Amino acid sequence: MRPRLATIAWLWVLPAFVLLGVFLVYPVVNTIYLSFFSGRGASVFVGLDNYRYLFTHPETLVVFRNNLLWLVLFTGASVGLGLILAVLSNQVRYEAVAKAIIFVPMAVSFTAAAVIWRFMYIYRPGQFEQTGVLNAAMVALGFDPVPWITNTAVNNYALIAAGIWMWTGFALVVISAGLKGIPAEVLEAARVDGANEVQIFWRVILPMLRSVMLVVAVTLTINSLKVFDLVYVMTFGNYQTDVLANRMFKEMFTFGNFGRASAVAVVLLLAIIPLMALNIRRFRREQ
Amino acid sequence: MAGVHFEHVTKRFGDFTALKEFDLEIHDREFLVLVGPSGCGKSTALRMLAGLEDITEGSIYIGDRRVNGIPAKDRDIAMVFQSYALYPHMTVFDNIAFGLRLRKTPKDELTTKVKEAATTLGVDTLLDRKPGQLSGGQRQRVAVARAIVREPQVFLLDEPLSNLDAKLRVHTRAEISKLHQRLGTTFVYVTHDQTEAMTMADRIAVMNEGIIQQVGSPQELYDEPVNVFVAGFIGSPSMNFFSAKTVENGEGVRLEGDGFAVDVPQDRAEEMRAFLDREMIFGVRPENIHDKHFVPSGITAAPTTVTVDVTEPMGNEVFLHLLAGKTMLLARVDPRTTVSADEEVEVVIDMERMHVFDPESREAVRTA
Repeated sequence: MRPRLATIAWLWVLPAFVLLGVFLVYPVVNTIYLSFFSGRGASVFVGLDNYRYLFTHPETLVVFRNNLLWLVLFTGASVGLGLILAVLSNQVRYEAVAKAIIFVPMAVSFTAAAVIWRFMYIYRPGQFEQTGVLNAAMVALGFDPVPWITNTAVNNYALIAAGIWMWTGFALVVISAGLKGIPAEVLEAARVDGANEVQIFWRVILPMLRSVMLVVAVTLTINSLKVFDLVYVMTFGNYQTDVLANRMFKEMFTFGNFGRASAVAVVLLLAIIPLMALNIRRFRREQ
Repeated sequence: MAGVHFEHVTKRFGDFTALKEFDLEIHDREFLVLVGPSGCGKSTALRMLAGLEDITEGSIYIGDRRVNGIPAKDRDIAMVFQSYALYPHMTVFDNIAFGLRLRKTPKDELTTKVKEAATTLGVDTLLDRKPGQLSGGQRQRVAVARAIVREPQVFLLDEPLSNLDAKLRVHTRAEISKLHQRLGTTFVYVTHDQTEAMTMADRIAVMNEGIIQQVGSPQELYDEPVNVFVAGFIGSPSMNFFSAKTVENGEGVRLEGDGFAVDVPQDRAEEMRAFLDREMIFGVRPENIHDKHFVPSGITAAPTTVTVDVTEPMGNEVFLHLLAGKTMLLARVDPRTTVSADEEVEVVIDMERMHVFDPESREAVRTA
């Protein structure tokens, strides 16, 4: 007897299903399951306690605030700078060199970048000579040195600046490619139609870059939610600079509280889902 | 409305001279076509007029105004691009309205004008669509609508038909001519296609290698080309050329080519004697070579014997590819002809329509 077509079809997709099941579905389901249990020692069902803790404890609320800062500032500044630099570099002859220099941080490992920026931000109290580049510059210009890493008024921005330094090159390269894709004749048509360069930028170039910028923004937003390495190396989340991913790591490996770690993971997953949905929808539309 | 005047305009790109001492007077309300092979400088000339390229030397005037250094947006011109260059993120309405909005046209007036232009071009039902949803022909119409809506002083068209299929091209050609009549604006039209130039132009400027070869009405260029280039470029299929020496032959003269001869009857012989014993370039259009059995009356017939290489019946006429010695000649003869391939036949050249060019300067020394 010949097997039915449907049976054969199921056989073909079975390996994919098994792999996805073992490595994707099971961990997600198990993580959600674990997030309802107390982590340490004998696990006890605690219902939504882990979530309650996350959303009410002052220490974890700071984590959410920080991620929000990352999301807005890191994404906004990287996309904005990427756009400005793409447009500017498009006008100059040494474009390739300029773009390469801005792109280089992308090639540096996150850990190395974090170490570099920690050196940049070194602060020495009192009468000691400042060895951090930034503080040396501050002193040279007649300002007081700033403890960039420990001062809670500035340290989050200092970390985000390092992130922007790393990712602006990515935004620049992608947006620049989009910019090159705009036909010269369209811009000439706008010129003949009576538009000046500023009007051409706002009314023609920017709308035509919309979809490219959306891709970049979504990618960077996801990155901002997942940010880990820079924070882990530079502050380990101390001095009120903690973020979700680092918190998850801490709960898991420092405190051994896998219930809370799982809850953080679930929150991160939920935060990223809408962005993924946006990306998938766009991808489908383009097909 | 305004005329356009190019005065000794030169354009250089680095070491390359795209346009040399370009002088051209385009009259108000005229339909002028710049035609030439690719790389002849015609598009450069148009783009300089539009303000999209700097002028290296010389002056361009629109009306009485010298426009050197005046940006495109302030020249009061409109342009249709080869790729149409529509704004892909805007609807057809917004594409057409773009220039008016930049000029802060009041809303009511803007809507009226956009609809009017769209109706003229037959795209009034497409106003809500984006360019990506339109066919090539529709896009082309929107591009024209966008250009006419601003009522510019001069209307520039850069190969606007080259992306259309053959049938639509013929149709649109007629529409653009009609549009010109209706608008009564100066049109400057660039094309590499001599048929477009012939069918639409009031006057044609034929260009080659950055230099204007000849300016004149289509018929003038066809009947009296000033040099070999214009003679070969205008007219389709193009003119036949052959080198021949004029020698005395009894009462008349004889043109001796490479392996063939044409006997010139006595009444035309006198003129040909001017080039006696000199090798000249002769040019004759395909329709001026006739099957000897179907020779129209009133022509000065010069017979010659040739071999038929290929016949191409077209229905209303027959193309004969002829071998006159080593020279290939194309003839466009009466469809009743009975000649067939490989046959040796006598054809008749209309000497009245024979063009003669100097082999050195390649300029016409006598045109019929």
